[in-house]
Amino acid sequence: MELTTIIFKTIFLFIILLVTLVVAMYSTYAERKVAAFMQDRNGPNRAGPFGLLQPLADGLKMFMKEEIIPLTANKYLFILGPSIAMTTALLTGVVIPWGDTLTINGHVYSLQMADLNIGILYVFAMVSIGVYGIMIGGWASNNKYALLGAIRAASQMISYELAMGMSIIALVLTTGSLSLHDIVAQQHGMHWNIFYQPLGFFIFLICAFAETNRAPFDLPECETELIGGYHTEYSSMKLGFYLFAEYVNMFISSAVIATLYFGGYNMPFIDQLGLSSNAVTFIGMGFFFIKIFAFIFLFMWIRWTLPRFRYDQLMNMGWKGLIPLAIFNILATGTYYFFTSLK
Amino acid sequence: MQKLTNRSVVASDKKMTFMERIYVPAILKGMSITIKHFFKKKTTINYPEEKREFSKVYRGQHVLKRDDEGRERCTACGLCAVACPAEAITMVAAERKPGEEHLYREEKYAAIYEINMLRCIFCGDCEDACPKEAIFLTDRIVASEYKRKPFVYGKDILVEPMDLRVDISARQTSAVHDFKSNKAFAHNR
Amino acid sequence: MIFLFYLLSTIMIVCALLVVFSKNPINNVIYLIMCFIAMAGHYILLNAQFLAVVHIIVYTGAIMVLFLFVIMLLNLNKAIIIRKSTVTRVSAVVTGGIFFLVLLAATRQTFEIDAKYPFNSEIGLVSGIGKTLFSEFLLPFEISSILFISAMVGAMMFGKKDA
Repeated sequence: MELTTIIFKTIFLFIILLVTLVVAMYSTYAERKVAAFMQDRNGPNRAGPFGLLQPLADGLKMFMKEEIIPLTANKYLFILGPSIAMTTALLTGVVIPWGDTLTINGHVYSLQMADLNIGILYVFAMVSIGVYGIMIGGWASNNKYALLGAIRAASQMISYELAMGMSIIALVLTTGSLSLHDIVAQQHGMHWNIFYQPLGFFIFLICAFAETNRAPFDLPECETELIGGYHTEYSSMKLGFYLFAEYVNMFISSAVIATLYFGGYNMPFIDQLGLSSNAVTFIGMGFFFIKIFAFIFLFMWIRWTLPRFRYDQLMNMGWKGLIPLAIFNILATGTYYFFTSLK
Repeated sequence: MQKLTNRSVVASDKKMTFMERIYVPAILKGMSITIKHFFKKKTTINYPEEKREFSKVYRGQHVLKRDDEGRERCTACGLCAVACPAEAITMVAAERKPGEEHLYREEKYAAIYEINMLRCIFCGDCEDACPKEAIFLTDRIVASEYKRKPFVYGKDILVEPMDLRVDISARQTSAVHDFKSNKAFAHNR
Repeated sequence: MIFLFYLLSTIMIVCALLVVFSKNPINNVIYLIMCFIAMAGHYILLNAQFLAVVHIIVYTGAIMVLFLFVIMLLNLNKAIIIRKSTVTRVSAVVTGGIFFLVLLAATRQTFEIDAKYPFNSEIGLVSGIGKTLFSEFLLPFEISSILFISAMVGAMMFGKKDA
């Protein structure tokens, strides 16, 4: 690898990290604003103009709080839990194609950290490791509620990973590639996968809600029954890591949904404008982020509309609703491609 | 029984139809409701900048009135303390000395007059009981404190300052005035 | 590359030893997870990205979660060491020794395999594995899928209340 590429990748990595964290930070603000607006309130508006400094104030508060590790807790695992949650949440960002190529001084740089040929599966693997953060943290707290939350989280995530994987299989049947870069490149123009895989998108969206532990699937941390679930015993920045990891996950899930089903950085009719390739890249990147923010808004919209599912309803929907639906989707897609390939 | 709203639905255990079982239409309906509220006018009043208009008969922090010449009206008769259902009022009476006529209107006055604001239920009975029209409840809000002690308000807080008279005209409605002057209702006080 | 190989191998061996020697069952599971992740790193060094990721999804993400799940529910927080009888100990040593011999014999064979099938850098990628599975090993692949389905149906039968 050339030195310029290494420098570019390093800078790009830091930018991704920074953008992810900032977006996650302002998601907390947006969440409170959206919640307030939907309940006819104003939301935070004291810290800075329109309350824009609220996330900073919240972060500062989190840092200043007393760090408590319960006596009966398993100390190392107690610290390990939030670290895993945060790390796995941030790791996923490297395979997402944030934009097309950028040309600087004749060098062409790809705006994707790593174009793995198994990109989707990598995202999937990171999600599956993310369960450990919650499980280990919940168990290490040595608290009934935390343990119940951890167990709920684990079974919920395993159940919904199945349906999610199956909806991805149907998608891979259409695209013929597991690489996120190829999948986005194929959706150039208006050939977005949502038009070919509407049912798959629907299943994936529901599973994304479940995997990120967002309402209406926030059973692992439901305040009303489990007083916070797996993070009951956590305080200070360790709690902050858990809460923050949730928002990072939300951002990354939105990015993955936008990449897989909504054309990623592709913007329709941009080729007709006759702009330079760098300008197209930047506009595409902006459009990608608009898509991501739209999905983040959808996440919040749903959260402040729907009540929480009951646990048996959740399991019923996962195993008896989504998995058969996903299998049907695979069969339908497979049949379609089998018959079209015959001609 | 008469229904309170026309939106009530009778709950039943009937089997849900297919459309109801797939949840999605119901979810979309709910989402349309929340998005409508998203653009509605907000009901919040930004407190320190905007203030909600108080009712005319709002009962807040008490004031011990002075008369037109600036003399304290209270004569420490103790009727307010007797009337108080929360037993929040206590006072120590003292005799007016010669030369203090410009300070106290009656021959007897309250040397100490304390209201425990944590006990007070702001019912306004003290105001009704007062024969001298000395104590009134105002539209001022009792300030919050960090400790319990400062909530026992003495004369330094309760008596209105000479140069900063407290407006209680809203409470002096003609009905109140008639009631106070009518001898027939005196037993009610 | 060679440095990474030795690093991953060290992590793997240390973690594997800790799995055996650590007394707390939860720690055992966590060391095993670390061991698996290091193994996924070895797959990546062999350019077998697909295998690496599937290894993480299946073993670390699913099977070990179930292990952890069971251990959490059994509440094995405190290490309980039960004294075994001498016969059990001797038989355990003999069994372990025989298994070690078998493994040793199997590893000796790999040198010959290496010569017979030269390393193909494409073999671990999706297309390579897919082609091999659906041509050369089609029958075993399909049979194993039937095996999984029967296992799933069996689990469902157990799960039903009045089967």
